[in-house]
Amino acid sequence: MAELMYREALNQALAEEMERDANVFLIGEEVGRYQGAFKVSQGLLDKFGSARIIDAPISELGFTGLGVGAAMVGLRPVVEMMTWNFAILAMDQIVNNAAKLRHMSGGQLRCPIVFRGPGGAGGRLSSQHSQALEANYAHFPGLKVIAPATPADAKGLLKSAIRDENPVIMIEGERLYALKGEVPEGEHIVPIGKADVKREGKDVSLITWSRMYYFCEEAAKQLEAEGISVEILDLRTLRPLDEEAILATVRKTNRAVVVEEGWPLAGVGAQVVDIIQSKAFDELDAPVVRVTGLDVNMSYAANLENAIQPDAPKIIAAVKKVLYREGA
Amino acid sequence: MFGGLAVASAYSKDMLMTMYRHMYLMRRFEERAGQQYGLGKIAGFCHLYIGQEAVAAGVEAAIRPDDYMLSGYRDHAQPLARGSDPGMVMAELFGRTGGYSKGKGGSMHIFDIENHFYGGYGIVGAQIGLAAGMAFASRYRNEDRITVCYFGDAAANQGIFHETLNMAVKWKLPVLYICENNRYGMGTAIARTSAVPEIHKRGTAYGMRHEAADGMDVLKMYESVKDAAAYIRAGNGPVLMEANTYRFRGHSMADPATYRTKQEVEDERKNDPIPRLRDYVLKQKLAKDEEFEAIEAEVKEQVDAAVKFADESPEPDLAELWKDTIVEEGEEDVRPRERVLGVKVAKWPKYPSGQELKVTWDLEPREQADKADKAAGLKR
Repeated sequence: MAELMYREALNQALAEEMERDANVFLIGEEVGRYQGAFKVSQGLLDKFGSARIIDAPISELGFTGLGVGAAMVGLRPVVEMMTWNFAILAMDQIVNNAAKLRHMSGGQLRCPIVFRGPGGAGGRLSSQHSQALEANYAHFPGLKVIAPATPADAKGLLKSAIRDENPVIMIEGERLYALKGEVPEGEHIVPIGKADVKREGKDVSLITWSRMYYFCEEAAKQLEAEGISVEILDLRTLRPLDEEAILATVRKTNRAVVVEEGWPLAGVGAQVVDIIQSKAFDELDAPVVRVTGLDVNMSYAANLENAIQPDAPKIIAAVKKVLYREGA
Repeated sequence: MFGGLAVASAYSKDMLMTMYRHMYLMRRFEERAGQQYGLGKIAGFCHLYIGQEAVAAGVEAAIRPDDYMLSGYRDHAQPLARGSDPGMVMAELFGRTGGYSKGKGGSMHIFDIENHFYGGYGIVGAQIGLAAGMAFASRYRNEDRITVCYFGDAAANQGIFHETLNMAVKWKLPVLYICENNRYGMGTAIARTSAVPEIHKRGTAYGMRHEAADGMDVLKMYESVKDAAAYIRAGNGPVLMEANTYRFRGHSMADPATYRTKQEVEDERKNDPIPRLRDYVLKQKLAKDEEFEAIEAEVKEQVDAAVKFADESPEPDLAELWKDTIVEEGEEDVRPRERVLGVKVAKWPKYPSGQELKVTWDLEPREQADKADKAAGLKR
């Protein structure tokens, strides 16, 4: 297995899928000659030519609509959002068209398209460039939403997304692109809709996804030293949620903390908690606790920025709360 | 008014009578739809095409049946000209299972993929972007198919109109944008909200071929579209056409149209495209009154049958709620006429597989991009 950066794993998935299927093309800002704002598309223009790696004007709504239209008649577009913050301009095409075409046409049309790009706090970028927007998209029937934490999952999920017959929203970690990890070569597929137990444990379950996974790992290691065994479930897919995996880990540990980068109100974690309370209430030894980004806009100042986001100490405090060991 | 001098018609009788049949069918269908709305059989929004028939009929005669087409929410009539089953369109308006979308879409979302009608869209102007993508796909696959996209005058003030025109010209996409300018965006006269109310002139900003067409005259419409379609099909890029037309009815069935005078509507009705074509054909002595009467009787029967079909079609099963949201693995697309009428539908889009397809298009040739970079003093 090769050790690859998250961005390289994505690049590999794109190159392999474009090799396999000439219907796949990539469109977005700076994806071609600039080689990608985050270098995910490095080298692809030379390999596949200008009809398949397309430098789009800064018209998010326009090129997203173009992608959806191309998918309606058999192509398999990958639309790169330079960041998901900018994709807010394109939401009409994603939500009102891509997610609803199959329904409005009574099953006549399908829309196999991937919208992908980085989400979450970028680091000292203030409020317009630091948003975890996955809950917005997870809200809509007709979409699938994935948010991988590791390079291996990034590759395997992107390959699944490109082969999927439905619109897939892929929220990559803006702070994860340079992160390294083992990635299987060639045909490595991670199915959409399947969560992954990234760490086995028996005392408490941390349920999370994307970059927050690493804070959970950090917390788990520290808690291990205190004799607390933590299980980490990485959801990987946020729509459809892997209910079975959520319930399985709760049945095992009887305590859960749900960690997400985004805001608390109507966050994906709220739905996870609802699944637990409605289907595993009797398994619980303590109320489920959520760790989320603070319910405020992201600030530029370093200390404020840090205070807003979840981190290992906040997760550790939450774990102790569900173990009734506060102050310990 | 055309005609006047008794010169031989440049048009075949067959084409003229087909245009007449299409326009008359649209008119009768929409009149019945309005009536059924009044009876409570149709609910929600219901936007009638009455007055604008020359546009759709002229376009249909001038393009190929396999060209792609999409529209906004005033979308009952164009598919009828494409050959959609009037009963199944009416059933869709009724919210019944016999509709093209099983009653899930309703008036604003008619889709008939068998006849290459890719939908009616309810968000003003959103189909403009989709049309560019469909045209992009044709170019990508090296097909000579064009995409015709209808939208209303008010859609030209949406961002997507400008964003898409820019890309369509830059990449020479084979798409014909037809702005059906019926002079009102809902209840607001277009000039009240537009710095340049002659929509087609906005093509200038993007170096796009643009022109106005007489949308109340089916033959002029036909000529304009024929010429534009040939230009687009030859690979010259997109065209923005403004079809000047008028709706005789309100924006939707819920609109009494108090923002315009009775006199204005009366004046416009004098331009009714349907008697106009009939007069032309009669003057050319290509057909007699009886032939028109025969068409009208046939269409009337057809529309009566459509209403009856819709009325008798059951409501969709509740189990349908859970279908057609996500495509499950191995799931085929629904072919409406096969599903509803039990006929074999063979004509269905089929695309080359990823290994068969050879993409030969060089969207931005290397030398061209290098040259542009050099001119800008950039080094890559």
